[in-house]
Amino acid sequence: MIRHPDRRAHWILGLLATASLLGPAAGPARAADDLAAMSQDDHQWVMPAKNYASTRYSGLDQINAGNVGQLQVAWTFSVGKDRGQESVPLVVDGTLYVVGPFPNNLFALDATTGELKWQYAPATDPASQGVACCDVVNRGAAYDNGKIFFNTLDNHTVAVDAKTGQEVWNAKLGDINRGESMTMAPLVVKGKVLVGNSGGEFGVRGWLTALDENTGKIAWRAYSTGPDADVLIGDGFKPYYPQFRGKDLGVSSWPPDHWKIGGGTVWGWVSYDPEANLIYYGTANAGTWNANQRPGDNLWTTTIFARDPDTGAARWAYQITPHDLWDHDEINENLLLDLPIGDRTRKVLVHPARQGYMHVFDRATGELLSATPYDTVNAVTSIDVEHGRPVVNEALNPLPGKTIENICPAAPGSKDWQPSAWSPRTKLMYVPHQHLCMNWQTSEVGYIAGTPYVGATVDMFAGPGGYRGEFMAWDPVKGTKAWAIQEDFPVWSGTVVTAGDVAFYGTMDRWFKAVDANSGKVLWQFRTGSGIIGQPVTYQGADGTQYVAIMAGVGGWPGVIANAELDPRVRNGALGFVGAMQDLPAYTAGGSTLYVFALPKSAVVPASATPPTDGGTGQRQDNAKSP
Amino acid sequence: MPSRHKVLAALLVLITGPAMAAAEPAELRVCADPNNLPFSNAKGEGFENKLAEMIARDLDEKLAYVWWAQRRGFIRQTLKAGLCDVVMGMPTGLDMVTSTEPYYRSTYVFVSRADRQLALDSISDPQLRQLKVGVHLIGNDGFNTPPAHALGEQGIVANVVGYLIYGDYRTPNPPARLIEAVAKGDIDVAAAWGPLAGYFAKLSDVPLAVRPIADTDAFPSFVFQYDIALAVRKGDQALKSRLDEVIDRERPQIRALLTAYGVPQVEEPATGLAGAAAP
Repeated sequence: MIRHPDRRAHWILGLLATASLLGPAAGPARAADDLAAMSQDDHQWVMPAKNYASTRYSGLDQINAGNVGQLQVAWTFSVGKDRGQESVPLVVDGTLYVVGPFPNNLFALDATTGELKWQYAPATDPASQGVACCDVVNRGAAYDNGKIFFNTLDNHTVAVDAKTGQEVWNAKLGDINRGESMTMAPLVVKGKVLVGNSGGEFGVRGWLTALDENTGKIAWRAYSTGPDADVLIGDGFKPYYPQFRGKDLGVSSWPPDHWKIGGGTVWGWVSYDPEANLIYYGTANAGTWNANQRPGDNLWTTTIFARDPDTGAARWAYQITPHDLWDHDEINENLLLDLPIGDRTRKVLVHPARQGYMHVFDRATGELLSATPYDTVNAVTSIDVEHGRPVVNEALNPLPGKTIENICPAAPGSKDWQPSAWSPRTKLMYVPHQHLCMNWQTSEVGYIAGTPYVGATVDMFAGPGGYRGEFMAWDPVKGTKAWAIQEDFPVWSGTVVTAGDVAFYGTMDRWFKAVDANSGKVLWQFRTGSGIIGQPVTYQGADGTQYVAIMAGVGGWPGVIANAELDPRVRNGALGFVGAMQDLPAYTAGGSTLYVFALPKSAVVPASATPPTDGGTGQRQDNAKSP
Repeated sequence: MPSRHKVLAALLVLITGPAMAAAEPAELRVCADPNNLPFSNAKGEGFENKLAEMIARDLDEKLAYVWWAQRRGFIRQTLKAGLCDVVMGMPTGLDMVTSTEPYYRSTYVFVSRADRQLALDSISDPQLRQLKVGVHLIGNDGFNTPPAHALGEQGIVANVVGYLIYGDYRTPNPPARLIEAVAKGDIDVAAAWGPLAGYFAKLSDVPLAVRPIADTDAFPSFVFQYDIALAVRKGDQALKSRLDEVIDRERPQIRALLTAYGVPQVEEPATGLAGAAAP
């Protein structure tokens, strides 16, 4: 296939220069896209987190704090399924791509006009709906070299031609009949599509897998439990803390063979540092065994991994919650920032952990530099930074036979999958999160597949202050909140922040909000058709207009009460989340709409001749650095 | 055109008449797992299938099934979604449904090869520290089966083997792998829910001993015996009352059915296990 630079809008002059630097295409193969460079082009949004550093920051500033109040709907589109809409839209070369919840149809739309170009409908197995634990969500697609990649709930990774919507390859990576499913948005790094699995509660053994982007063939697979050979731990593995060093810890930190059904699935986010050539991601909790049947740290569950993307070989690892008792998947996003810490600039990884502490690591070594609570936390007293371990409040451990009240945070943690953003202008992180505590007790009976068992009654409720969610600006250097907006419901949407110093996020009670990135003042809000748990993005259309896009459609773990008719009278439905969400149906029903907003023409200052960002310079510049 | 009107009217009567005149028998709509013997399967071979037929006959209603794997969300997506009106077996005391009167009570049991002569029935038996013990694992929504917890509380961990209750759904009756593992000698003993254990022990070519788990008083947090009832939608008192009457009328037949399937039945109240009837 020949590259078609003319298909690109005229403004990517700089990028064309970049392409020419890459040299002529050899033979029939197209010149490879430089995904890192494309991610710096703020007219597009080519990967789920905007860039490899996962900052979800856009250099666009047509919409700014002064004019965002005039924002209005430009066009909308329905993906046709009223389930949880967690998916991030991608914008590549003037086309917006969005993948819906089960059955995971992929739509390509003209990013400027909303014209539907094509849709691709995978043959997703209907039985997979019964298997997914937490609504049948999908978190989005990825792009590279003319192809769109995404996962289906029934464990296929699919490559589709970005221009035509034709399937290029389709790789089956797991079996829904064994409890496996896939919900995460892939990341493409150096020609490899990185995907992970879901289904820890079905005994699934977690993995991250790299697929060749041209063929779908597995290049490597790194398991989250088991012997070093399976976890891809070798000579190059240099964890900072001694407790992570030793042979086959993914076996020896479990009772015999228990690691085989140990969980540690990978359904969140992958970040990449091209300079260090390391990818970073987190693994989920230890599945299926009750805690007293899995004494030990249960490595490598709830762990941040740094790996070589070429081979999968692990460089370092850090376990956030040894011997997890809380269902604390550490799949949350990892932001790669360069921050002034002490007397120098440190290359760090910032991870907002489930248990409520903001972790800042040296991303080269895995050394924990700081861990500061960002929400009400009583279950973990502190983090011993020197030794790299949490100090747990044993009195609040949920054990059989005990009734424990006021555990903070509740099972979903202070923050779940919903990704944060970082602005190099304000030097602040923008963090959507929940604010829930819980009561916990053994209940007499649960029942599944013909078998009664001992259940737990988990009753979640608003944390201190009576609010259930928060959108906060966090200073990762000082370890303090710059400002916070308290929300009635958990803030289950992602966010984006721009050079216009505006941050966007959505609420479950159907508000899409723009706030001043400096002050937290709400500058604009729009009432959508359904609650928002999606991920906003921004891009510039072929008409020179800056657009902001967000999926609205409530669901996910906290939202199934609104879209799946859970009984709000049963407080411990949806693993206890129903108790905290009983009033949600009074605000929203399910939805399936992509909203795209823009300023009215009258409010737009004519765009300058040059792009407003560094995207066209051809220099690889880390958005996380100062502009 | 009056005549044409008459013809039309007559046709309408013909089309709609019979349905109105002789109403279809009401339907007993049951949601069931198509692949989970001894409870139910799509061929109607489970004791819950037979019980559903018995109840439909008693009520003079037509039996209709909605098949759905019994996993998390089963009740939400079937009974609560209005796809059906009855689920044939659920423990009493579950919040999400209204239960009928229980129609049997069973117990967790130990299953071992008869030729081993282990005589295992106490959850505190020291043999459990040496033997390879299989348990079902439920998932991570809080908890697991009572014997799995009780073994864990005693520090019996390293010799415990977990079998996922969900198993591999491509194979028949996935929870049965635990009992088959005993027959094959993969494990020495299984701690399993009685109906499943009793049924597959009965079918096993290798003679298996099924003994109710005793001495559970030491673990007051965990219940080892459960009353099982039919479940209807929360608040559907009318159907509950009708089904309660059927259970009353059919009690001897129900007991015979369960016995034929090898379901260990214990008497209420559970003051001990004297009433336990191992097959």
